[in-house]
Amino acid sequence: MDGVVLGFMYALIALGYTMVYGVLEFINFAHSEIFVIGAFVGAEILLGLESSGVLAVLSPALVVLLLIFAGMLASGLAAVTLERVAYRPLRGAPRLVPLISAIGASFFLQDFIRLVESLWRNTFYLNYPTLDILDKNLSLGAAVEVPLKSVLVIATALAMLLCLYLFVNKTKLGTAIRAVAQDPDAAALMGIPVNRIISLTFFVGGAMGGAAGVLFGLHYSLINPYSGFGPGLKAFTAAVLGGIGNIPGAVLGGLVLGLMEAFAASYLALLTDGAFGAEYKDVFAFAVLILILIFRPKGLLGEKVREDGA
Amino acid sequence: MRAWLFNVGLAGYIALTSLLVYSFPRSVSAFLLFEASLLFVYYAPVSRAAKLFFAAVVLIVLMPLLGSIEGYYLEVAIQIGIFAALALGLNIVVGFVGLLNLGFVAFYAIGAYLWAIFGSLQANAFIPGGHFPLAPAWFFVFLLLSVAAGALTGILLGLPVLRLRGDYLAIVTLGFAEVVRALVNNLDKPVNLTNGPRGITPIQRPPLFFQPLLEFFGFHSDPSALYPLYFYFLVLALLLIIILVTRRLENSPVGRAWKAIREDEVAAVAMGIPVVWMKLLAFAVGASFAAAVGVLFAAKQGFINPESFTFMESIGVLAMVILGGMGSIPGAILGATIVTILNLQLLKGLSLWLNALRQSGMILFLPLLGNFDLSQIPAQFEPAKYERMVFGLILILMMIYRPQGFLPPRQGGSTKLTTGGSTKLTTGGNTGEKQDGAA
Repeated sequence: MDGVVLGFMYALIALGYTMVYGVLEFINFAHSEIFVIGAFVGAEILLGLESSGVLAVLSPALVVLLLIFAGMLASGLAAVTLERVAYRPLRGAPRLVPLISAIGASFFLQDFIRLVESLWRNTFYLNYPTLDILDKNLSLGAAVEVPLKSVLVIATALAMLLCLYLFVNKTKLGTAIRAVAQDPDAAALMGIPVNRIISLTFFVGGAMGGAAGVLFGLHYSLINPYSGFGPGLKAFTAAVLGGIGNIPGAVLGGLVLGLMEAFAASYLALLTDGAFGAEYKDVFAFAVLILILIFRPKGLLGEKVREDGA
Repeated sequence: MRAWLFNVGLAGYIALTSLLVYSFPRSVSAFLLFEASLLFVYYAPVSRAAKLFFAAVVLIVLMPLLGSIEGYYLEVAIQIGIFAALALGLNIVVGFVGLLNLGFVAFYAIGAYLWAIFGSLQANAFIPGGHFPLAPAWFFVFLLLSVAAGALTGILLGLPVLRLRGDYLAIVTLGFAEVVRALVNNLDKPVNLTNGPRGITPIQRPPLFFQPLLEFFGFHSDPSALYPLYFYFLVLALLLIIILVTRRLENSPVGRAWKAIREDEVAAVAMGIPVVWMKLLAFAVGASFAAAVGVLFAAKQGFINPESFTFMESIGVLAMVILGGMGSIPGAILGATIVTILNLQLLKGLSLWLNALRQSGMILFLPLLGNFDLSQIPAQFEPAKYERMVFGLILILMMIYRPQGFLPPRQGGSTKLTTGGSTKLTTGGNTGEKQDGAA
């Protein structure tokens, strides 16, 4: 169960990497901080609601919806701003130049969040206030009990993925994104405003990351400005695992990686007689990344990209 | 005639600034001015012999003298030396060959742990017999061993991953560094190799082999005063060796091959350059520098733990290389100096200054904003804690406004192949065809 929750979380974050990569062929290294911004905005709103006493009155479902939308909006806008400030001036530069800029942006944002939170609350470790209902368990049948938290993560992630799928495949804007990903020159000739579509891609990818941030906060409750690094790197691994630039691939990669990590966390100690325990789950994830890049750099669903031409 | 003037000017400047440091031993700005003298020496239009002479005077005579008055300066100088050596190693990989390595700190960690494990009681935990810690003289053996170990790990990492395109390579090297750190952090069981997060201490320091000589000449100083100076000269010597090796490599066929790969890999292959071998060589050379510096670091600190080898350090070294100018030896040294001073002196100085302001309780009158009580400055606002922000800004601003760095490599002589003189960071054939269209 943990694996599935983790997997959907990775999938949502991985979408941000994969969409941006699809359009610009560039690794948005600062996406992990976009994710953290979502988590922090969610926490701030929840804390604000709690201190003003409204939290007790509102229905929890409404609160969760509000949090997710606020997180998505904040992260999406942050991603668009980031693109304008740090990446757009570098378009057309050699590949590694924007990557270095993105690493810089990632570092800058980490301390920026820390600075803002420090000035605002005098601490930068935030605790999500508990929503009582999330701590309850949902019983499926007699023996199986599922924490409602996990149900929330999985349900939200599924809904968002469905929306994203419809958006990318069934709307005009989605078609424009796919067109720019395929060939920006031709797209521009067809009258597609490439720059605006790139901003839109950053917004959508960022919004997915923001939602993941809020879910992360609700599920694990403790966040700090640096908590994006680990999930960000894993989500990138997931995106590569599924075939970067490929949206279903990101989801598949996220699920596979999440399950493998949960598996490693619980069974590594058993398999090796206690010599290597759960602390090696990160090593395991990176080993997976390196092996995939060496043996199947196109990812699990990599070939499908070419056949579809998407 | 003009050169004579410059010589006098330089000598005067050096004398003046060292006097300043001498009379204001706590002043950061005096020390900065003194350090700037090396830059002036590098740029002044005087003869090579004069430059060498001035540099030697500053580095070998004045710096240790001033350092023995105020030990903190020596510490700063040692740190600068260590980071300059690391930056030179990374410069080979990133600057000469154009491969982005985000896990450089891993090799540094390998060197540091190599000496830390065998130069302390730690090795007794898995090799019975109580042979450890090894005698201090083994330090020099391990310095050489670490070069081999660094080169070996560099090749082992490079062999599988060098076929990858630029940005994937960056992520894989990052993953490698995280794996090394996780291993170091967790290898206290089943066999206690690294003592885990608690780190290893005490670590043997190098031998004071020259002490009998000093005593023969009548100097009787206690080792604790001698060690900082000793480490200063060790770092200086290591740095000099690294500079010499890098310079010789840069102007050799190997260096030209590296730059050819950086400029255009396909063309380099067509010219018969063994690209994979050359990349492996660059990885190995850079890694061996880092590992050697790591041994020195472990011996100097006397204590290491995994916290010293985070992703943060890799990015710090990368920021140094980029600030100075990729592919430029003086650039890497300048970058290391700027970033280290920024970290150790300016940010800390600013923090102290803000603290003093806060405690003074003065009320500042701002023309438009009204009164501002200085004790209201939040206690969390300490510039020294925001070094990530500084590194981040350096990277972004440099990429946007000056991607070639402050001291870009000189284009001239046989290397006049590049267009526009900008250092191109690229690997693989299909560079940025999409980006061009989207711009």
